[in-house]
Amino acid sequence: MATVIIPTPLRKFTGNTSKLEIKATNIKQTVDELTMNFPDLRKHLLDEQGKIRNFINIFVGNDDIRDLQKENTLVREDSIISIIPAIAGGTA
Amino acid sequence: MSYKDIKFSIQELARYDRHIIIPDFGIEGQQKLKAAKVMVVGSGGLGSPALLYLAAAGVGTIGIIDFDVVDDSNLQRQVLFGVDEIGQPKVEAAKRRITALNPHINVRLYNEKLTSQNALEILKDYDVIADGTDNFPTRYLVNDASVLLGIPNVYASIFQFEGQVSVFNYRDADGRLGPNYRDLYPTPPPPGLVPSCAEGGVLGVLPGIIGSLQTLEVIKVITGVGDTLSGRFFTFDALSFQTRIFNIRRNPENPINGDNPTINSLIDYEEFCGLRKPPDRLLKEISAKELYDWQVKGEPFQLIDVREPHEYEIVNLGADLIPLASIRENIDKIDKDIKVVFHCKMGGRSAKAIRELEDQFGLENLYNLRGGILAYIDEVKPELTRY
Repeated sequence: MATVIIPTPLRKFTGNTSKLEIKATNIKQTVDELTMNFPDLRKHLLDEQGKIRNFINIFVGNDDIRDLQKENTLVREDSIISIIPAIAGGTA
Repeated sequence: MSYKDIKFSIQELARYDRHIIIPDFGIEGQQKLKAAKVMVVGSGGLGSPALLYLAAAGVGTIGIIDFDVVDDSNLQRQVLFGVDEIGQPKVEAAKRRITALNPHINVRLYNEKLTSQNALEILKDYDVIADGTDNFPTRYLVNDASVLLGIPNVYASIFQFEGQVSVFNYRDADGRLGPNYRDLYPTPPPPGLVPSCAEGGVLGVLPGIIGSLQTLEVIKVITGVGDTLSGRFFTFDALSFQTRIFNIRRNPENPINGDNPTINSLIDYEEFCGLRKPPDRLLKEISAKELYDWQVKGEPFQLIDVREPHEYEIVNLGADLIPLASIRENIDKIDKDIKVVFHCKMGGRSAKAIRELEDQFGLENLYNLRGGILAYIDEVKPELTRY
């Protein structure tokens, strides 16, 4: 099962879990599986058309899926999938 | 003037001795630092370590832009400031601290907000920008200005337990330009989807760690020592102590410097980030004073606090606590017959709660407390704890 790393801002939608094991063969299945199990995640990851939002980056291993096969990027049993949302904190 | 013409006094040579004796750094590295002009955007959590280390390292000219004043809630992480400086402009307090640390540097202050109108003029004199701002509009403004001016932008950002660092818009020794923020995040999240540090919180030591890493990259960009994070994106999760470095590339669709750029000047970033868009419909609001009037007159209403329990514990108005995330499942706890006033810390989460309830259940008796509990404390009960 591939490992998905959930970033801090999204953990409140995954019951505070930072790592999830997901059975999937590509990124689309991974995201489907995630949003099915954690429905609140959906609007943070996907837009109204079901596409991965612009301010969410997904990496398989060290590489951006936009530089691979996007949603069709293959996922292996030992893949580590990281979700990196935009965060803006600095001074406040 | 070339950095090679830079001279040092005996006092400076003594001060920078531990740099100069590093074989790959040497006097040349120190000359480059002294010749450099670095702009630190935001003198808060990230800016504090950045300014201290840049000054200590001997960066010749340091610009500081921030329009804020020191607040007691800053001191948990903004180690530039002390109790005596509460209420003073941050840039002035910062200058005092770093010139006390190193009198051999020039410090330029900009006690104002960086805007689309002044950004190019202010930033054009600098060699490197260190972006430590706290909001998306300024992030995109700094990014776009750095691209338009051709200045590298050393980026760092934090949220709760998590930090990010990268070097954007950096041209390497072979002339290749690295990615910028818009390659990674072409557009910002809509307001409300990602909480700010003011709402989401941040562990105080985290900006110390991330701001120090950011400063390391500024020094590498200036001196050319080592490999910068250009083309790479560093993340740190303090809870698991997990660090990761991702590869990032330029995106041909980048609107500012992709194949067909559509942005060739600075835009209205508040609007771009959805902050100036008129809301779908106006919420009914009341001010803190009006709420107090209702309380004094004994007007029948229900008060609901949508913050988290730990915030409620710090300070509360005796409201029914229903955190935002659980608002819909608690619909039966919300009165349908009398006015219901929602509040949070600053008014954002409670507005979201009202919209959700209006959308889903068609309620029409809901009012938002403008400015949240902080406004109530400021206007009605200053004796309560601010946080």
